[in-house]
Order: sequence, then structure tokens, then C-alpha cells
Amino acid sequence: MYNKGTIIPGLILFVLFVTFPVWFNGFTTAGDLPKPELPPGGEKQCVMPAEYMRANHMQLLNEWRDNVLRDGNREILEIDGKKYSKGLQTACMQCHSRKEKFCDSCHTYAAVKPYCWDCHLTPKETASKEAIH
Amino acid sequence: MDKQRRKFLKIAGASVVAGIGAPAVIRLTSNSALASEHGTAAEHEEAPAAGHGQASGHAEEAPQGVRLGMVIDLRRMNENPELLDGAVAACIAAHNIPEFPAEKIKQEVKWIWKAPFESVFTDHSVHHAAGKIKNFPAVALCNHCDDPPCVRACPTQATFRNKLNGIVAMDFHRCIGCRFCMAACPYGARSFNWQDPRPYVKKYNKDFPTRMRGVVEKCNFCGERLALGLEPACVESCKGTGAMTFGDLNDPNSEVRKVLDKEFTIQRKPTLGTKPSVFYIV
Repeated sequence: MYNKGTIIPGLILFVLFVTFPVWFNGFTTAGDLPKPELPPGGEKQCVMPAEYMRANHMQLLNEWRDNVLRDGNREILEIDGKKYSKGLQTACMQCHSRKEKFCDSCHTYAAVKPYCWDCHLTPKETASKEAIH
Repeated sequence: MDKQRRKFLKIAGASVVAGIGAPAVIRLTSNSALASEHGTAAEHEEAPAAGHGQASGHAEEAPQGVRLGMVIDLRRMNENPELLDGAVAACIAAHNIPEFPAEKIKQEVKWIWKAPFESVFTDHSVHHAAGKIKNFPAVALCNHCDDPPCVRACPTQATFRNKLNGIVAMDFHRCIGCRFCMAACPYGARSFNWQDPRPYVKKYNKDFPTRMRGVVEKCNFCGERLALGLEPACVESCKGTGAMTFGDLNDPNSEVRKVLDKEFTIQRKPTLGTKPSVFYIV
């Protein structure tokens, strides 16, 4: 092989460069999967199994939104004896009371910016201006 | 075939006349047929109505389903001005409505508000009006019209009439802030969020969202409270005084209907034909 001394180090550098994202994430914390905080109150039961919620919570929220606002179907869901009234603030936030530790952990990781919080209040925000009820 | 110009022109002329005339002839004959059918049908319908002594100039469609409405007794409100203030405050607290200082009054957001009689009832003359009308404020809110002009104007169907209960509802998620509905509403019942309302919300209700900049909002007849079996916040704050009565206008046994049957009531701008669901006793 001609120019062995240049080609082999060159190939090694090339491979290292191309696989940079893989080994960089392996050596640093950038690739760590997010760990959303489980409900601080210790609730184990959600409206749907965790796998379903992980994949489809956004569809479920849209469905609830259309049920409540558009179809006037505000029925209270009862799942395993616990009552949930369809709504981000009235159901989800009751257990997952820390949006910053729960919602944001994955949304930040996946770089998605849902606009729920433009209008909907997090428990932290509610507490900032003495809640009524 | 003998193609003479003279013959061709004759046939062409006749065809043109037939082509233009035929639709007119068909329309005329079908119309007269329809008209005669209508005539007999109308006669048949009118006969029993006249028999009951209910002959009315214009027939109104028979009401169907639930149509929520409200009667506001301005006499009671005038006797006790705190009732009105309480109702407005209850609404603000229930719906996270921002309260802007005087210098930002143009950005005001209001669902139920106080206004002088002459600006609420622009159809009514206040010339030589009684003192109770001149000196006391009236109250205004969304009329939840049966035929709401705002719904027609909305290009995204963000505002719509809920068929289950007649509430003219809003889906803030869909509102694009074009403000066509504000131009369409003859009652000024809609407000636009010119800025983020949150800094001006004094207290948060944790069960209701705020709005964001660029969204139109208005009274929702407390749809979220009705679902829980509660009365609207304003009605609840006047509980026991009879100043505000809420219920189904189509149910002859409902509380509102009892008040409506007993008292003389007026509506805001009834001549526009929007059929408001909010009635006033003056």
C-alpha cells in the first residue's frame, strides 16, 4: 500500500469524526434519558397505562379539549375509584403537581415547546398569586 | 341537403327563442304549482291556531332542546349596588380575568360589567326617564344569542353555539385573534387581549386557564361550573336576592320561565333579530 502512513491515520480520524455524536454522548451526560418525576403525592394510577400516556398524552389532551369545549361532554371520568374531570389543570396537574420536574424534563430533552402553558396555569404559578377555592 | 341561408336563419332564430324562453316558462309553471300548494298548507295550519286564539303575526319556530338564559332584575340591583359589584367580582375571580389600571383602560377585558342604562339599552329612549334609570348603572354581559352574529363572523369556528345548551361558547385554542367577532357582536360583549393578561390577574383560580396575548374572550355562562352542578358565578353571588335568575328558557317549569311569565322584561337591541337569552326587568 502506498502512503500507508497518511491513509490509515486519516481513516481513523475520519471514523472518529463521523461517530462523534455516539461516543460523545457515551462519555458525557448529554445523552442521558430524561427521568420525569413521578407524582410527589405517590399516586400510582393514571387515566391510562403509563406506556400509553408516554406515547399518546398529547392526543388524549386534544381529545379531552374537544370533548369539553366543542361537544360539551364534560363527564367526570372514574378510573379505579378516582375521579378525574377532563382537563390539564383539573386532572393532570392534580397528581403531577410539578410541571417543571415532570412535563419539562422530556419536553426540554426532545426540544418540543407545547403551547399549553401560554394559557394553562401550573400549580407553581397558581401558588404565586394566592389561589382561591 | 338543401342548405339555404334563409331556412338556416329561421331555424336558428326559433332555437334561440326556445332556449331563452324555456327556463322562464318552466319557472313560471313550477312556481304557480308551489304557490298553490303553499296556500292550501298555510290554510290548514292556520285553522287550528286560530281556534286556540293564538293567531300571531309572525310564526316562531317551536323551541327545541335546552336554551340557557338569564333574567336580571335591575330593580334589585339598584336597591343594593353591592350585588352588582359582587357579581362582577365573582366573575373576575372565577375566570382569571385581568384588571387593568385606569391608564390601560383601552385594554380592558370584561365578561360582565357595569354600564349606564343608555349605553346598555341603546334602543330605549332615556328622554324623561325615571331617576332609577338615569342614576343607576345597568349590567351587561354576553347575551348568548339564539342567532349569534359573532359565530357567523368567526373564520375558524373558535366561537360556536353549543347545541346542547345554547351557550355561545369559545374555544380559545382555535382563536386566531382576527377580531371579526368583536366587530360582529352588537353588544360589545367581547374583549381582545392586547397583551399578556397574566401580570394583571390579581388572583388565580387554579381550575381555570388564563388567556394569552392575541385571543378574544367573553362570558361563557360558566360552562365549567354548570358541569359541576353549580350556577354561574355571578348568579351564585346574588343568591337569595332574586337579582339574577338562571335556567332553561325552553323549560316551562324552570325558575327563569316563572320570572319571565310574571314580569315585564326587555332585551338588548331586540330589533336586530339575534334573539338574546338575557332578559332584564327594569
